[in-house]
Parts: sequence; structure tokens; C-alpha cells
Amino acid sequence: MSTPLVEMRDMSIAFGGIKAVDHVTVDLHPGEVVGLLGHNGAGKSTLIKMLSGAYQPDGGEIFVNGEKAIINNPRDARTYNIETIYQTLALADNLDAASNLFLGRELVTPTGLVDDARMEAECRKIMGRLNPNFQKFSAPVSALSGGQRQSVAIARAVYFNARILIMDEPTAALGPHETQMVAELIQQLKAEGIGIFLIDHDVHQVMALCDRASVMKNGQLVGTVNTADVTDDDLLSMIILGKMPGSS
Amino acid sequence: MTDTASATDTPQTRRTLLQTLEIDTRLVGMIGAFIVLCVVFHLATDQRFLTPRNIFNLTIQTVSVAIMATGMVFIIVTRHIDLSVGALLATCSAIMAMTQTLILPSWLGLGLNHPITPWVTILIGLTSGALIGAFHGWLVGYLTIPAFIVTLGGLLVWRNVAWYMTNGQTIGPLDGTFMKFGGINGTLGTTGSWVLGGLATLAAIYALWNARRSKIGHGFPVKPLWAEFAMCGIIAAAILGFIGILNSYQIPTRRLQRMFEARGEVMPEGFTAAYGLPISVLLLIAVAVAMTVLAKRTRLGRYIFATGGNPDAAELSGINTRLLTVKIFALMGFLCALSAIVASARLTNHSNDIGTLDELRVIAAAVIGGTALAGGMGTIHGAILGALIMQSLQSGMAMVGVDAPFQNIVVGSVLVIAVWVDIVYRKRTGDRT
Repeated sequence: MSTPLVEMRDMSIAFGGIKAVDHVTVDLHPGEVVGLLGHNGAGKSTLIKMLSGAYQPDGGEIFVNGEKAIINNPRDARTYNIETIYQTLALADNLDAASNLFLGRELVTPTGLVDDARMEAECRKIMGRLNPNFQKFSAPVSALSGGQRQSVAIARAVYFNARILIMDEPTAALGPHETQMVAELIQQLKAEGIGIFLIDHDVHQVMALCDRASVMKNGQLVGTVNTADVTDDDLLSMIILGKMPGSS
Repeated sequence: MTDTASATDTPQTRRTLLQTLEIDTRLVGMIGAFIVLCVVFHLATDQRFLTPRNIFNLTIQTVSVAIMATGMVFIIVTRHIDLSVGALLATCSAIMAMTQTLILPSWLGLGLNHPITPWVTILIGLTSGALIGAFHGWLVGYLTIPAFIVTLGGLLVWRNVAWYMTNGQTIGPLDGTFMKFGGINGTLGTTGSWVLGGLATLAAIYALWNARRSKIGHGFPVKPLWAEFAMCGIIAAAILGFIGILNSYQIPTRRLQRMFEARGEVMPEGFTAAYGLPISVLLLIAVAVAMTVLAKRTRLGRYIFATGGNPDAAELSGINTRLLTVKIFALMGFLCALSAIVASARLTNHSNDIGTLDELRVIAAAVIGGTALAGGMGTIHGAILGALIMQSLQSGMAMVGVDAPFQNIVVGSVLVIAVWVDIVYRKRTGDRT
């Protein structure tokens, strides 16, 4: 098989003696969606936060395109075109959509001042693609609905040409229509060759959207399976019992 | 074409006048409260409150607190507090007083009133303020000591560093040029003030026109033209009206005579002159413009507000929030030093109790001006208006003859009530508190 887009090898991190992630290895290929499954506290989000630069691992190595990547903070992750949509969305509620979209990467005028007009224009462009109903460009994002806030967070990840996209429960706060929208978006990004880590609780959704699924339990990797080879029940028993399908 | 159409058909209730003009309703409320306050004092003092002389005095009394209040906005927006600003002002004032009366004239042998003295003094003062502020910021940002504790400690430390440096003595008189930053000793005169007022008006109108052109260029909705003209009119009236008032405060004849005598001339019969805009007020205006640009149009300002709104999001967006904290506190220290120049120049000396309780006035000004202690919200012009309201309240009561203890009781109560009104207002409008 080709070189993986990302390989997280033997990752470990502990918080105050508790091994949140314990020697876990996962990988991701271009145009692939890998689901990360597990109970609350299984270590999915923690694992992925080491990739997005929010946490520093105690052990393990990360490879991007086969080369060792040094990721000490979220800025480093962005230089590897790794973009993250956090479960909490990580939006500054007091700022408008455009300011959030470009937060940390503002467009500036030749004199070095923040170019709000150009950022709003770009924001309108991408929102027109992702969520054509979105109109509240001058309101702070605290005034937006859950779905609208989600689309701002997604726009932020997509706008900057992500090659590796991390989605942490992207549909947790959404209605059925908006969930469908996210599913379509994932298919579209996949077709563009972007690799996606999808953290989710919903086994059906993972079966529908993902090519492979990695299951975690108590900080350890239970195993990684091709979704085509297993049933919903197999995945469930991996999550609940921590057993690979076929082993008894 | 389609853009303007889609902009106007957004389903909304009928827009009110204020919405069309895009004026902040909170700001209008504060200005309204300020006007009511002024009118009440004017009537209660036999119409002595709203005279050019008193307005002139009010503005120069407000400058020191107002300059620091603009910095306090950034501190509070990022969910910190600075209790040490009054003490830091005292230390900077002491450093500058010693520099210009002892170190430069005697130790370096430049003599009194050497032309380079005020500028070296100011440079040293501003640098010291910024460094001390940066040190506070480092303790808060990198060592993660709460700002409340760092600056509470700073309050004691810097107040007494100032005391130690000067042995508690009053140091003066200060350098002649230096004292021009104090207010009445340094004004622009009638012509200079009108020229400056005219230029400021033109600059403001140009900025409005530029913003409109940029919006049209990107196809964004714009205000109707009449609203733009109305805004231009309001701004021009405010600036030129203010200049007009200051220019109508005549310098007393006795003082003019002394000024002519000092130059070895005889004052012509019937000669009159007005003070015009004080340099200290000009300094405040410059600070206000610079801080507003910093808040709204720079990355630093954007990061300050983003960090205040959601520190985690700011961090995850790659913003170095620790370094940001250092920068904000350094800026606060710089502004304390600037206020120290104005405050000591106004008093014409450095006194041991300079800036005492200023931390509370500064925080009150920022909070009355609409800065939310929960972070993420606040404006520079609001804080300056807050400082003006506080100062008007204080001097108004003094003019009416309210006893000193009652003055403080009223000021304290107004602070609490103002914040309560703000909370009610924000609940109504659905903003965060």
C-alpha cells in the first residue's frame, strides 16, 4: 500500500498517572475516512489532540507523508495542513463569523492592518458553498444556531486547503438535515483526496461514512478493521467488550 | 446589483433610526446619562458647570485616568485585572522626577532646563513603565499567577518603591517643557486648535468615506447616503463644537500680563487670548485613536478580543496567549507612565501620594464604559466616556458643595448601579454578561 498520509506510531500520554492513551498506533491514507470509536474517556479525543498540537505526547512519533513531523503546538499542525474541527467548535463567541474563520491567520492590508472587508468577502464565498442559507455575517457567533456555528467551524477547517482533517463528533449537536449536510461534505472532501479522522459515537454513522474504523477502550487500541468486513454488532462488541471480531 | 438587493431584503423588523445610522445604543445611553448629569449639575451650581472654564478643567482632570482606562479595557477584556496602575504611575512619576531634577542636571551636569532633559526623561519613564508592565505580564502569563494577586502585590511594591526613591519628598519644580504636558501650562492656542479640529474633521470624514468605498468594492450592504451625511455632520459638530468651547475660555488678563512680562514685552491694550486645546487632551485623543486602531484593525487587537471571548479557542487557533498577556500588561505599564507624565506635569511636581486610588477610578471608568468583567467585551471610547462621567460626578458634587465623604459614597454607589443597569441591558439584548 502507498505511504500513509499520517501515521501516529506508538502514541502515549498520561495525565497525573492515568494513561489516557497507551501505545496506540493509527494511520490514515489520502481520500480515506477513518473512524475513531470508543466510549467517553476511551482516549479518542486525547489521541487526536496530539495530532492537532493541543497536547504534547509523552511517547510515540507522528509521520506525515512518511516523514517525521514535529508538532509542538496548533500552529505547527497547521503548517502540515492538519486542520481540526473540535467538538466544542473552539469559536470565540464575541467575534463574527469572518473573524473566527481567519482567527490566527488574518488577512491583512499592505499596511499590516486587519482587512475585515476582504475576510468577510472570503467568508461569504465559502459559506455560500457550505451553507447557502447563512446570512448573519455581522453578528457575533454567539447569536448563531448550533448548525450555523458548526458550519463556521467547518469552513475554518476547509478554507485553508486542509489535507488532513480531524472531525471530533461533528454532528453531535446537529439536526437530521444538518447531519446529512455534513455527511455529504465528508464525501466531497474525500473525493478531493483529503484524509479524514472522524471521531464519533454513532456506530451506524461510522459504518456509513468510514472506510476503516479504529476502536479504543481505556486508552488502548482494541483494533482497526475495514468497515466493509464487519457488521454493526462487531463494532459494538469491540467498543463494549474490547474484543476483535472473530476472537472469542 | 444582486448584492445590494439581497442585503436589503433580509427579513427584519423595521429598522430604527439608530440602526440605520449604525450607532451603538449603549453608547447613546451613556452619552444620554452624561448629558443629564451635566445639565443637573449646571442647574444645581447656578449655571457654573457647563462653562468653557469648567469644561476645560474637567477635560484636563480626566486625561490621566482616561489614558490608563484605555489600557485597562484590554486587561479586563482578556479576563485579567490590574490593581497596580496607581502605584505604577507613582513609580514612573518618581523615576521621571528624579531623572529631570537630579540625575540629568546634577549627576550628568546638564543643568536645569536643558533642552534634551524632558525628552530623555519621558523616554526613560515610558521604558520603565513598559518594562514593569511586561514583568507583571510575565508573572501572569508564564508563571500563571492570577493577575489579581500579581497586581495586588504590585500595588504595595510600586507605591513603596516610589516612596523609597524620593524619601517621601515632594520633588519639584519639574522641567519647563515637561510641564507643558500637564494641561493649563501647555495649550495650542486659538488658531492651532481650529487647524487641528479642521484636520481631525477631515480625517474622520475621509475614514468614513473610505470604509464605505471598501464596502461597496466588496458588494456589501451600505448605509443610505443620508445616514452617512448625518454621521459626518454629527462628528464635525462634536469635534468643532468641542474646539469652539475650549477656544472660548479666555486666559485671565493678569496671567497674560505676566506672560508678556516674562518675555520682556508690554501687553497691548485690550489684548485677549484663549487657551485652546491642551496638549494633554491632544495626547489623550492620540492615545484613543491609536488604541482604537489597535483594538479593531490589528492582529494583536483581534487576538485580545478572541482570547477574552474564548481562551481555549484562541490557543487552539495558534495564538500565543502567554506572550499576548505580556504584551497587554506591557502596554498597560506604558500607558501608566504616559499618565504619570500628565499627572505630575499638571501638579508641577511629583508628590508621594500621586495616583493614590487611581486603580479604582481606572477600573470603574472601564467598567462604567461597558467593559465586561467576564471578558471579550469593551470599547476604548466607552472607557474614556466612563472616565469623563466619573470625573464630572466628582467635580460636580464638589462644586455643589457635597461633603467629601458623601462624594465618595455617591461615586461608589454609581459604579455598582451602572454595572447593574448594564447587566439588565445585556439580558434584554441577549448579550453575554
